[in-house]
Amino acid sequence: MSVNADQVRHVARLARLALGDDEIDRMVPELNNILGWVEQLGEVDTDGVEPLTAVIDNHLRLRDDVVNDGNVRDDILKNAPDAQHGFFAVPKVIE
Amino acid sequence: MSELTLKTITELREGFRAGDFSAREIAEAFNAAVAAARSLNAFTVETPDLALAAADVADRDRTTDALKPLSGIPLGIKDLFATEGVDSTSGSNILKGFKPTYDSTVSGNLKKAGAGMLGKLNMDEFAMGSSNETSAYGPVISPWKRNDGGNAALTPGGSSGGSAAAVAAGLAPGVTGTDTGGSIRQPAAFTGISGIKPTYGRCSRWGIVAFASSLDQAGPMARTVRDCAIMLEAMASFDPKDATSLNLPVPQWEAGLSSDLRGKKVGIPKEYRIDGVPAEINAIWDQGIEWLKDAGAEVVEISLPHTKYALPTYYIIAPAEASSNLARYDGVRYGLRELGTRSLDDMYAATRAAGFGAEVKRRIMIGTYVLSAGFYDAYFTKAQKVRTLIKRDFTEAFKQCDLILTPTAPSAAFGLQEKMSDPLAMYLNDVFAVPASLAGLPAMSVPGGLDGQGLPLGIHLIGRELDEQGVLNAGLAIEERAGFNHRPARWW
Repeated sequence: MSVNADQVRHVARLARLALGDDEIDRMVPELNNILGWVEQLGEVDTDGVEPLTAVIDNHLRLRDDVVNDGNVRDDILKNAPDAQHGFFAVPKVIE
Repeated sequence: MSELTLKTITELREGFRAGDFSAREIAEAFNAAVAAARSLNAFTVETPDLALAAADVADRDRTTDALKPLSGIPLGIKDLFATEGVDSTSGSNILKGFKPTYDSTVSGNLKKAGAGMLGKLNMDEFAMGSSNETSAYGPVISPWKRNDGGNAALTPGGSSGGSAAAVAAGLAPGVTGTDTGGSIRQPAAFTGISGIKPTYGRCSRWGIVAFASSLDQAGPMARTVRDCAIMLEAMASFDPKDATSLNLPVPQWEAGLSSDLRGKKVGIPKEYRIDGVPAEINAIWDQGIEWLKDAGAEVVEISLPHTKYALPTYYIIAPAEASSNLARYDGVRYGLRELGTRSLDDMYAATRAAGFGAEVKRRIMIGTYVLSAGFYDAYFTKAQKVRTLIKRDFTEAFKQCDLILTPTAPSAAFGLQEKMSDPLAMYLNDVFAVPASLAGLPAMSVPGGLDGQGLPLGIHLIGRELDEQGVLNAGLAIEERAGFNHRPARWW
């Protein structure tokens, strides 16, 4: 499989990356090079093989359903580019 | 340069406790070394006051019960660990100015163990790179030079390039690194120091900027194997805040050190003899085999048949996880914001375009593509199946041996700019390191010797899961026999 400029533009849109046409054009051969290289995995017989989900066996833990954190609003907002009235502020999203 | 900066963590600990010198003298010596080495670009932030403050506490506590395992020891912290009140940017413009209000579990553990902080260490942006050249702060320059009379600037490796350069140049006695696909071990090899990636889950990932969550592990880098053991004991812990943290006691790795390898079997994987690797790499590997035999180990040939598929597997899984993890950088909660032209959506795309560098964008694009509708099974699921086979290779091999010995990297350090134009050539740097990452196994690089150009070469040990002790012990056996005490001649 290989990608063309339109597909790269679509992936950039999915990834929320504003790429100019020159960047798109540069990326097409780069991505095709990498995708062509990873396609060698097609040689590997994986019939009946389960995809790996946990690299080291580990039991997912449950914790008690109690509040163990909180009252840190100002800490959370401290690094925001724009915080107003105790909220993250963003450009207007409704007309 | 003060002679204190030539000492190991072990020597500093002993001298400080014995009262030969104060913690303040140690901190001042390293602070001065850091300030005098800015041409290496190893640090993104210097925090001399924090190093001094911890030293003063250590000096006050020296003769009391309050003395802690790392009291008196100043360390460097890789820039992707969140450190309270200190810029933590993961080498990226998109996090410029981000000052966490908390410490990562690992850096917090080191602080609680009494260690001071000299500063934050430069790295490839979001740990994506093998030469430190993708950093928004510019590349770290290795303190090492070739002995050919030229003056070419070399890479310290990556992504923990600032970490490696800092230890090699005597700017810190020990540092933290992180390793997703070789980012502790390859830079350690390139700079003639030791570094260990523990079993996945030993060190909490909480507060470490996420790259590929199923692979990321923190670990120490230092001058000696013992120093690595001391640091790893302080860094590792069970952490309820990391769902993949292992709920196991932290072993006393330092106390368990022994270079007597009698009764141990060391496997030599035949698939790691690959074409195009310089003869000196295979020669140092053969030398490592002889050293381990000398330490009492029995050497057996093993097979890891899916080795050649490890890198392409990694370059599907790691970008896929990265594209998901890096979705959080949207200009809303922290870091850079670019407003774009109109909408909230434009702000996201403009912020990310302005804040991420070329390699990070490339990996986000690859990761988004392999996870997208219609391609998910062909790429991502396929890679996770091959990953199962790679892990199974190791499980089978460890029925015949206790440890695996390989070279760390397929070359010595290369020059800056030599590989930046060819992503695949750069990725091949981690050909020996990535399989152990995909299998979550503990692995370590220790210096083996110098090549013909006077540059360090590393020897790589891979252990069974949770057997950091076996890895450290074999590393110690090599260290004792290699007698590697080379340091780069100071030019910076």
